[in-house]
Amino acid sequence: MKNKLWFLIFCLCSGAAFSQQNQWICKKGETGFFSETVIENISAQNKNVVSIIDIAKREIAVRMNLTDFKFQNHLMEEHFNENYVESEKYPVSIFKGKIQEEIDWGRNGTYDISARGALSLHGVTKDMLLKGKVSISNGQIVLLSNMDIVLKEFNIEVPSLLITKVSEVITVKNKMIYVQK
Amino acid sequence: MKNVIGTIVLVLIHLLASGQDLLDELDKVAKPKKAFAAATFKSTRIINGHSVETIARNHLDFRIAHRFGMLNDGAYNFFGLDQATMRMSFEYGVTDKLMLGFGRSTSQKAFDYFAKYKIVRQSSANGGIPVSITAFGAIDAISLNTSPQFKFYNNMERLTYVGQLLIARKFGERLSMQLSPTFIHRNKVETSADPNDIFALGLGGRIKISKRTSFNAEYFYRLPFSLEKGLQPNPAYHNSLSLGFDIETGGHVFQLHFTNSPGMIERQFITQTEGQWGKGDVHYGFNISRTFSFDKKKKYEK
Repeated sequence: MKNKLWFLIFCLCSGAAFSQQNQWICKKGETGFFSETVIENISAQNKNVVSIIDIAKREIAVRMNLTDFKFQNHLMEEHFNENYVESEKYPVSIFKGKIQEEIDWGRNGTYDISARGALSLHGVTKDMLLKGKVSISNGQIVLLSNMDIVLKEFNIEVPSLLITKVSEVITVKNKMIYVQK
Repeated sequence: MKNVIGTIVLVLIHLLASGQDLLDELDKVAKPKKAFAAATFKSTRIINGHSVETIARNHLDFRIAHRFGMLNDGAYNFFGLDQATMRMSFEYGVTDKLMLGFGRSTSQKAFDYFAKYKIVRQSSANGGIPVSITAFGAIDAISLNTSPQFKFYNNMERLTYVGQLLIARKFGERLSMQLSPTFIHRNKVETSADPNDIFALGLGGRIKISKRTSFNAEYFYRLPFSLEKGLQPNPAYHNSLSLGFDIETGGHVFQLHFTNSPGMIERQFITQTEGQWGKGDVHYGFNISRTFSFDKKKKYEK
């Protein structure tokens, strides 16, 4: 009886340890976007994005504080937070998805990768596709990815007066460097 | 039997533990962020008076403000629009907390110079501060030629000093309120009944009507005492009351308002407001602010 219990506990511990090993983590990921129109170019970058990849479950999760986006023009930053993403009400954006390709995470190389999952932004959760390239080299995974965000789909209004200043589809680019947890 | 249940429970716990969501893991990694109250006011001015806001580092705010004549000037003067006084200024964010500004008003040909520093910022996090406090100091100089009506014997007499403490709180998304204790020292006053020093208390606020517009109000009450015995603020002048709207469009903020003060610097609107709302001495006016960024470091390429 006692033995059985110990065995179980051992299993549990090893299981927990095992699942830990499959997780790769990125604490200072970079996410940026660039909005280009005839009148004005707007760019911003967030260098405090956190992300985890679970290679066994083929899952990826990304989380960012919207107030961490830095703009060249501070007024734009203020408007971004106050009027567009309303970061006081919706402070974080989260993506959680399933990696679609079978990737041999043990082998060095560069692979195409895509993940389908849910993106929450501005109080709206939507099914999205994350596309990119992953480079595996010893002890490090580098993920470069893109996502096209249609502002309307996330209820982010651009007043008609400003449409010429803010493009309606924004390409968000990410760069994450993961290390084993 | 007991064993079976025990095992099941353990297995369940195990499943729960290993099935732990990746997002929970992320929450553990993500550092809690201290959230400062952003955009307590849309502009560095509520209407005439300064708000707790300053211009961001390496940003230049170019402002043009107009106050027209009085609405009760009648149709012949197009209800005041035929005449206008103007102030133009350049205001620069040296750091995210310190800004310096320089302006010129057509009224009294006054030059003004000011500095504004954010002492504390309202923050919501644990152990946060309930209010934002900004200190404001200014000097202005009347550059009118000396005249028999108002003689300047030396340049010192042209100067006025202003000190203000701006204390504001953002109550949720829409409402912000500000208290502005003010001290003004004028080196020369018009009559011997006028005190050189004036204490005033400003009260201002805004309510957002939509995401990009807000309704603002501001009142400056001159306190009925002075450092000089027996003197009170000149009763020929009145307290300043202003009502208006802020409208923001991209890099601009427009402020449209009605006020009984034609002046746009502290000495003029706090201590020398001649008009009275009750008599219809109301001026229509506007401020336009355009911000330019000189922050090269934060420019990202595609």
